[in-house]
Amino acid sequence: MNSDLVISAVNLGKRYKRYDSRITRLADWLTGGRICRYTEEWALRGLNFQLRRGESLGVVGQNGAGKSTLLKMLSGTVRPTEGTVAVNGRIAAILELGMGFHPDYSGYQNAIMACQLQGWASDEIEQLIPQIEAFAELQGYMGQPVRTYSSGMQMRLAFSVVTAKRPNVLIVDEALSVGDLYFSHKCVSRIRDFKQEGTTLLFVSHDPGAVKTLCDRALLIDKGVLLRDDTPDAVLDYYNAMIAKREADAEIRQVETTHGHRETRSGNRRASIEDVESLDSRGHESRSFRVGEMATLRIAVAVHDVLEDLTVGILLRDRLGNDVFGTNSYHVTEEINAVEPGRHIFEFDLGLELGYGSYSVTVALHKREHHLEENYDWWDSALVFQVFPGSEKTFVGTAALQVAFRKVTTHG
Amino acid sequence: MLNVILRYRGFILGMVNREVRGRYSGSVFGSAWAILNPLAMIAVYTLVFSQVMQARLPDIDDSLAYGIFLCTGIFAWTLFAETLTRTVTIFVDNANLIKKSNFPRIVLPLIVSLTSLVNYAIIMGLFGLFLVITGRMPGWSVLAFIPLLAIQIMFAAGLGIFLGVLNVFFRDVQQVTSIVVQFWFWLTPIVYPVVILPEYAVSLLTTFNPMAEIMLAYQDIVLRGEWPVWSLFLDQALLAGASVVIGWWSFRKLVWEMVDEL
Repeated sequence: MNSDLVISAVNLGKRYKRYDSRITRLADWLTGGRICRYTEEWALRGLNFQLRRGESLGVVGQNGAGKSTLLKMLSGTVRPTEGTVAVNGRIAAILELGMGFHPDYSGYQNAIMACQLQGWASDEIEQLIPQIEAFAELQGYMGQPVRTYSSGMQMRLAFSVVTAKRPNVLIVDEALSVGDLYFSHKCVSRIRDFKQEGTTLLFVSHDPGAVKTLCDRALLIDKGVLLRDDTPDAVLDYYNAMIAKREADAEIRQVETTHGHRETRSGNRRASIEDVESLDSRGHESRSFRVGEMATLRIAVAVHDVLEDLTVGILLRDRLGNDVFGTNSYHVTEEINAVEPGRHIFEFDLGLELGYGSYSVTVALHKREHHLEENYDWWDSALVFQVFPGSEKTFVGTAALQVAFRKVTTHG
Repeated sequence: MLNVILRYRGFILGMVNREVRGRYSGSVFGSAWAILNPLAMIAVYTLVFSQVMQARLPDIDDSLAYGIFLCTGIFAWTLFAETLTRTVTIFVDNANLIKKSNFPRIVLPLIVSLTSLVNYAIIMGLFGLFLVITGRMPGWSVLAFIPLLAIQIMFAAGLGIFLGVLNVFFRDVQQVTSIVVQFWFWLTPIVYPVVILPEYAVSLLTTFNPMAEIMLAYQDIVLRGEWPVWSLFLDQALLAGASVVIGWWSFRKLVWEMVDEL
């Protein structure tokens, strides 16, 4: 390994096995895995990154994204299922809160124990303890059992112990958010000092400000996948957009489930629409899209008869019920579909060059180019999705036209 | 392994120290209880049984013999039972530490065995003092305790690690263990001398209960000053070795899955 490289993660992945019950685990073990009744859950997969000496990396992502799993693997507490982590130097980590303090032991005893766990010699620990005590500022509480501590006090002790000696890599998992403002500042300045002396920092936080000020690089992890590895500004912008999108998505779903579809169905039912989904460009189901984003409408159709001609049509309407855009498979492909009975899936790819707001999708199955000839099924407002601002310039209206502006001449 | 022990000796010794003292933390007399408690036990077993209840051993004509017999057996059994049951729960009990710190987890059962041994040493020190004062100290044969204790601890620790690893996945193990240990106690000649048993029962016990032969040896050493017949302990030594191997193997195989499960 290059001496400047401190951490190198290659194709890192962590899988947890989830058994339905303890009995199924027992059965699995006793039969030597012949009855494999567990589901695999990848907390993190296919992660690659490298960290150099003195770099500081922020890790952002929503709860359950796999951030903590990543830090646990880096610190060696949890073993990766696949891939490798190579670490050059001593790692100190504050994982989650409290770092495994024993509730009945005093602050002193826990501090000593934590030092011993780092493998430090006893005379060295003796020298470090007063320093730890001074930094934690737990006057009068060091002799008390840790169970009487508040979470902020536990964090102060944990941070003081872990940073008693400068590590090569410091991992801090959401710990700073617990302490009061004064202590956070103290921690940050200690982290800065370490950084100056060449410590590499790995920092998980939900506080974008802390990531921006402390880190010079950031990773965005979502659902166990590394989405972005960039400057903190770029990553946080992307992250915020992602959250906004997800919130909008949840809102629409909630409206859908609480009000139900106020749907109108008609047609002779020789074929019927089973399900309509909207997917984003990564193939994930989504109900909210950014202006200009590519969306896929997936329409599941059950055909009950042999049909020599099946046309699938869609119609987008705005929130006031005005038609915005409509087309059908015959117009798009100029082909006639003959279908056998059974379940068929059709997809429309749409570039959503639309204004902000919500839109409904009406889906129709009919013969030839319009539904007047023979209408199989018609589902009004089968789905509602939302378009929200992306990176484009502000505009109003329902159409997102390509626009440019220039000044050509000036007459005096 | 030796490397690990050496590197983490500070942690191991510190934990043992805290465990031994920790039992009495929050009390005014503190460590004094570590001495007062065993003293009370010795007093109860010797004075109450010998003097108040007039319990006698059929083959030894000594009023204190039954009390001494009882102490020898119960203290050794306590060491065995404590090592076993506490090792079974050690990984579950320290889930917090295991999940949040990176250290060789095998030191945890080591700490349990050492702690139990220190507790045993304290009580046996006092018991030895009692024997000296009452003029019943056996001779050099007490040295035979050392190999016997080694066999016993290896057996308990190995078995405990194996069951302790399983216990992380199936918590029933610790419940079963505590029940089995209770039956095991009464199936071991601790409270009753074997001479009161019929011949076939004795041979059943010594064949199927590895602790029985060991317990008889302790009692013979303390009461009669007799050296054990070492050839009788080949089985026990092999069993102890095997249980350590099984414990170590199961630990190695499942330690990381254990971390995920906790």
